[in-house]
Amino acid sequence: MLNITDVSVSYGSVNILKDINFSLPAGSVTALLGPNGTGKSSLLKAIAGLTPSTGSIGLEQHKNLSHAERASTIAYMPQDTGATSSLTVLEVILLGKLKSLGLRVPQELQNQAGKVLAEFGLLNLQDRTLDAISGGQRQLVFLAQSLFRNPKVLLLDEPTAALDLRHQLIVLDRVVKHCKENGTIAIAAMHDLSLAARCSDRMICLHSGSIIAEGKPADILTAESVEKLYGVEADIITGADGILHITPLRAIENNLPT
Amino acid sequence: MPPELSRSQTPAINAYTLLVSRRFWWLLVVLASLSIITLVDILVGPAFLNVWDVLKALVTPQSSSDPTVYVIVHSIRLPMTLMAMIVGASLGIAGVQMQTILGNPLASPYTLGFSAAAGFGAAATILLGLQLPIFPEFTVPIAAFVAAGFACAIVYGIAHIRGVTPEIMILAGIATLFLFQSLQSLLQYLASPEVLQEIVFWLFGSMLKATWFSVSVSGGILLISFLFLFKDAWKLTALRLGDERARSLGIDVHRLRLKIFLIVSLLTAGAVAFVGTIGFVGLVAPHIARMLVGEDQRILMPVSAFMGAIIMVGASIASKLVSPGAVVPIGIVTAIIGVPFLFALILSGKKKHW
Repeated sequence: MLNITDVSVSYGSVNILKDINFSLPAGSVTALLGPNGTGKSSLLKAIAGLTPSTGSIGLEQHKNLSHAERASTIAYMPQDTGATSSLTVLEVILLGKLKSLGLRVPQELQNQAGKVLAEFGLLNLQDRTLDAISGGQRQLVFLAQSLFRNPKVLLLDEPTAALDLRHQLIVLDRVVKHCKENGTIAIAAMHDLSLAARCSDRMICLHSGSIIAEGKPADILTAESVEKLYGVEADIITGADGILHITPLRAIENNLPT
Repeated sequence: MPPELSRSQTPAINAYTLLVSRRFWWLLVVLASLSIITLVDILVGPAFLNVWDVLKALVTPQSSSDPTVYVIVHSIRLPMTLMAMIVGASLGIAGVQMQTILGNPLASPYTLGFSAAAGFGAAATILLGLQLPIFPEFTVPIAAFVAAGFACAIVYGIAHIRGVTPEIMILAGIATLFLFQSLQSLLQYLASPEVLQEIVFWLFGSMLKATWFSVSVSGGILLISFLFLFKDAWKLTALRLGDERARSLGIDVHRLRLKIFLIVSLLTAGAVAFVGTIGFVGLVAPHIARMLVGEDQRILMPVSAFMGAIIMVGASIASKLVSPGAVVPIGIVTAIIGVPFLFALILSGKKKHW
């Protein structure tokens, strides 16, 4: 169980997040929704300990995780996939287990890295350098690295932004499978509501730094809530598979969220 | 083990082993080249000694060698060659770490003004005719070292107050560089022609200033710095993924950056204090090393050190050959020797290197 209690973030005198509270059970996948600039990335960074915050972030029996504990239990994947490094794909994966790397790289770690690369279909790219692959491929590599760390909490900032349609589905299914099998708690900031509905079992809607709705996708994703959250008129239907499909129709003029 | 698992594992094992072996092979090639070029440097000199006499003086005790040859080899050539190796290796390592912590391919040990400060320290002592009561011959190196430390303190202080980001450090460093360059020019303007000549000679950088003492001090600094840096090899490698990713892997990026910055300033000051400023090596050796062995700091760091040493020792040979019977200051020839080498690598390589 991940417990977020009274978490606030401010940059100077500007409050980005105000008293955020929620709890997430092991194995759950949560989509973090909200328009641009509402504090989604800040919340993920605060949980990862990468931005100063008040309040407490507890995991299981730990009431408030220290920075060292967060580094070993939480994997955070930033939105930015721009990397100018000439590290190879395989090396990037291995760096995920930084603490286990010494003068030699243990054979066991190489085996695990090979397995993750194979799972993500990246074996043929393993010798390529980061600056010689596409942005989407880099996003796959960093996601593979995050899962390779085998974290208890996985924080993904727009994990599918640079991916093609096929890889969006593959990657999200992989994340869901990993979470269910290992009890990992995933929180993904997302903009594509249909994808979010497909992969998540919970949703948290952020607006102006506060949570305005939280619950199951079916409860959260209504035409009214989408209009309230994004200022967009949307058509929402439930498919034969029981998954919600959201089609944005038009932006509502003069009805932008405040 | 399920068959599909073993199929997926095998390529990664081979791939990583291959990658590391290829890089290790380059490490050996570079080391072998350094050994050969070092021997050549010892054999060449303005005294036109016979090659066999020099080799004999190198490997046999003093009693069985020609005394003149023995003294030239052991008191002049060996310290000069070793100093060239140490300075080259120091600048190679300092350069690679500067580029790593500042995330900038144009960074070098001199980007943040250490060498300009060292030059100012040396010029000030030469101009004022200052001398320490004991060990007067160390006045200039100590002044250079102290001034470089002062420049380091300025940049460190500003970064500490305003934030340890590459942008702040580069800005503070370049301002420091210009400050000390201006002060250096002012001193040169004020100096008499004789003193000016002495200052300019120091600024050129020359191995003729090398002694066994300077070899042991600079060598000691190099060894200690290398060990400290090597301890953080993986963290420095991970820093190339960007600050945010490195932090999410549990690295205290600001602390690491300040620590490496301090070690690099010590390393640079240790290299330039005795022999004067030597440009180019610290900028280029890391790029050549990166082209050969990639970003893994466990191998990149030693290869960059060896490349720096190769360029310096190569420049040392050239400095003796340019004008027979004399030794041109090495600082003048480092770029002349290194640039064609770098251009050849850029033109022949298909791989990106930054």
